[in-house]
Amino acid sequence: MSRSNTLAIAAVVILIALALLPFVAEKFTVQFATRILIMAIFAMSLNLLVGHAGLVSLGHAAYFGIAGYCLALSSPQYQAANFWTSLPLAMIAAGALALAIGALVLRTSGIYFIMATLAFAQMLHSLLHDTGIAGGSDGIFIYARPDIGFFGWRAFDLEKFGDFYFVVLALFVVVFGFIGVLRASLFGRVIAGIRVNEPRMRSLGFATFRYKLVCFVLAGMLAGLAGYLAAVQFGVVNPDMLGWHFSGAVLMMVILGGMGTLAGPVIGSAAMLLLEIGFQSLPAVDGINPGKHWQLPMGIAIVLVALYLPNGLTGLLRRGRADE
Amino acid sequence: MDFATFLIQLLNAVQYGLLLFLIAGGLTLILGIMGIINLAHGSFYMVGAYLAWSLSMHLGSLWLAIPAGIVLSVILGLLLEWLLIRRLYRLGHLQQVLLTYGLILIVEELRSIIWGDDVHGVPMPELLSASIPLTDTLAYPVYRLWISAVCVVFALLLYVLIQRTRLGMMIRAGASNREMVQSLGIDIDLLYRFVFALGVALAALAGMIAAPVSSVFPAMGNQVLIVCFAVVVIGGIGSVKGALVGALLIGLVDTFGKVTELPIGGLRFLPELAGMSVYLLMAVVLLWRPAGLFGKSS
Amino acid sequence: MNEAILRTRALSRHFGGLAAVSDVSLACEMGQVHAVIGPNGAGKSTLINVLSGDLPASAGQVLFDGRDITRLAAERISQLGIARSYQKTNLFLPFTAFENCRLAAQSRLSSSMHFVRPALGREDINAAAQRSLAQAGLAGRGDVIVCALSHGEQRQVEIAMALATRPRVLLLDEPLAGMGAEESSRIVELLRELARDHAILLVEHDMDAVFAVANTLTVMVNGRVLESGSPAQIRASRAVQEAYLGVDGA
Repeated sequence: MSRSNTLAIAAVVILIALALLPFVAEKFTVQFATRILIMAIFAMSLNLLVGHAGLVSLGHAAYFGIAGYCLALSSPQYQAANFWTSLPLAMIAAGALALAIGALVLRTSGIYFIMATLAFAQMLHSLLHDTGIAGGSDGIFIYARPDIGFFGWRAFDLEKFGDFYFVVLALFVVVFGFIGVLRASLFGRVIAGIRVNEPRMRSLGFATFRYKLVCFVLAGMLAGLAGYLAAVQFGVVNPDMLGWHFSGAVLMMVILGGMGTLAGPVIGSAAMLLLEIGFQSLPAVDGINPGKHWQLPMGIAIVLVALYLPNGLTGLLRRGRADE
Repeated sequence: MDFATFLIQLLNAVQYGLLLFLIAGGLTLILGIMGIINLAHGSFYMVGAYLAWSLSMHLGSLWLAIPAGIVLSVILGLLLEWLLIRRLYRLGHLQQVLLTYGLILIVEELRSIIWGDDVHGVPMPELLSASIPLTDTLAYPVYRLWISAVCVVFALLLYVLIQRTRLGMMIRAGASNREMVQSLGIDIDLLYRFVFALGVALAALAGMIAAPVSSVFPAMGNQVLIVCFAVVVIGGIGSVKGALVGALLIGLVDTFGKVTELPIGGLRFLPELAGMSVYLLMAVVLLWRPAGLFGKSS
Repeated sequence: MNEAILRTRALSRHFGGLAAVSDVSLACEMGQVHAVIGPNGAGKSTLINVLSGDLPASAGQVLFDGRDITRLAAERISQLGIARSYQKTNLFLPFTAFENCRLAAQSRLSSSMHFVRPALGREDINAAAQRSLAQAGLAGRGDVIVCALSHGEQRQVEIAMALATRPRVLLLDEPLAGMGAEESSRIVELLRELARDHAILLVEHDMDAVFAVANTLTVMVNGRVLESGSPAQIRASRAVQEAYLGVDGA
């Protein structure tokens, strides 16, 4: 059986398993799976920048966070916002922010680009943390999950963890499919070319700045989608959602999974969250509680991945296959 | 603002700036000479502070704690470089960001295990605990002046090292042309190890001397890290002189920003946005003059 | 059709104190091959870099079809119909030869901002890529990853990519470097054929090829034009012999 057929069948099997999850698993597992799917969307959006375009951003959480804040600010207090208006609004806000920041930071490259993305994200973090805007360091609570009713017909109730899971799963599949399609499109090929040899693309006549900017905005909007869903899940937004610590964590997921691949960020976020929960659940022994210090084995895992897994987990599976 | 208050703020700004310089100086050397983005650099500052607290308790005074702490942090730096950092030279920025990010987690958890998560105060040494009176009501702590003095001394030592010694010449050469230095037969591995250990020690020293005024708390490393990156960017990657100028600039902007009130429109422009102004400055430099004030032009 | 399509006037490029290209005026006409020769370090590659927009000029002008293009960016110059090949391999190494050319052909679309339909579904672009590969002598080698190609074949990919952008002017920087005798003569034939509908500026060290195909020669030494004229003129010139040909010895 050809490789792509094997992969397609595996994908369908996994999708069916995911769809059946709420019927067989308990609440905590379903909520955890929801969290993984949301982080996977976030990681996929960053992978679009880092893996496909070769743009290492250390400030991607800014777009994640701003969408969450957009939901919090556009929700009437103690009442549910309208899903069908608040989600596009949040994504547009994230996209607009990405347009403004991208237009500036994309003038730089290499290490300066990394620092510039960090600087702008920190500016936003500082703005929200230090000023009284939007709840300051405490953030804002979202008391009611958005209403996903469509002209009175409420097929799903996001307050129910099972329904919320299905909505997130559906959005995850849409994003996954969209990125798959994007990679193979005319736009996707230009982005791939820019990653491999940007000067050559310019000498071939491509206005590379424009394409990088569009990519940056798309990645920002998808990060916004993830941020919106995360805000819904946790019911609170605070400045740490935009902080560099979080930007670093999602970058880790992208690299752990394997950059530039479609499944990489999904595997990476699942692996990272599973590791987190695994390390947190280590049994206490002799009064020493390793679960409390889960960041130590996590840090060690990250260091090992950085040194020995340049192609991430999917690299282990693919074993030196030439790109495209 | 009356003169006494202004003087106090100025001294505070300079002290903060000089302290930042101590930390950022190491960071810019590591970045400029070794080409390594070291996200864990703030953690060494934190380690220094906790060392100051713990050693001064065990040894009885800060005077003994500081040299002991310097020795320990040099050893830590050498160990880290040999174990981990030297594997990063052939890898890209992505792996560096990742590895040093993991290092932050490791260092923070080890600190949590060894010293706990509580906030601690470190008592000032008797000798320096007085205050110089400026007016009837205002006095300036001698200890803060001492911090500035220590930073100035180390800034001068760093200057002498880099500008006047053979080692410094190698460091400067390494910043502009790695291959050349290697082909001249200089042991680049030892040089890098030394530079890294120097950076770690300076950051830890900063933490140690700052501990009595800033107290010792878990988030202090992360807090100072990004500001240090701003210093490095503004001053120019690899330039110690630039780090000094950048650090003082940020010290002034941050300190005076926090005490000045400037309402513009409905929003109180300062002090609320003082924190943001540092990153705004960083962004402006990156966009307008990426090499910073003193860095080599691209 | 004797008005030069590409012309430079007193073109100069300095790097700090070093004048890599100094006061160079030359003209390329449609249907003609203008070869630029000279010893290493004469500034030939820098000249091409300035013409293609990869480097900005320090002084002087570049005119295309009578229009001043001196300040234009590389991507604009390419869109005007000036294509170049590189001396040092500057390909998309992890991609196949076909994909390299396909990207080059894709650059001729008015916009690549299409996000859904597969790029490989564009038969017109695929066909253009295959055509240019075949023209450069690489038919059947399209599926090979470029870094696995021989050095000579990589030079052929360079030419194929330039052709895929449907240019009017070709700036070729040592296309024959590292090629064997058989490959070289094939490329020389290709150049002769291409010269019919293009204007070609050819930088080369292979003197046999140069004299076989060039209509005009310009000899550069130390960034300046030493002499310019027909092949016979240059071959007979004593100054050129002293400065270059005698030392090189075709």
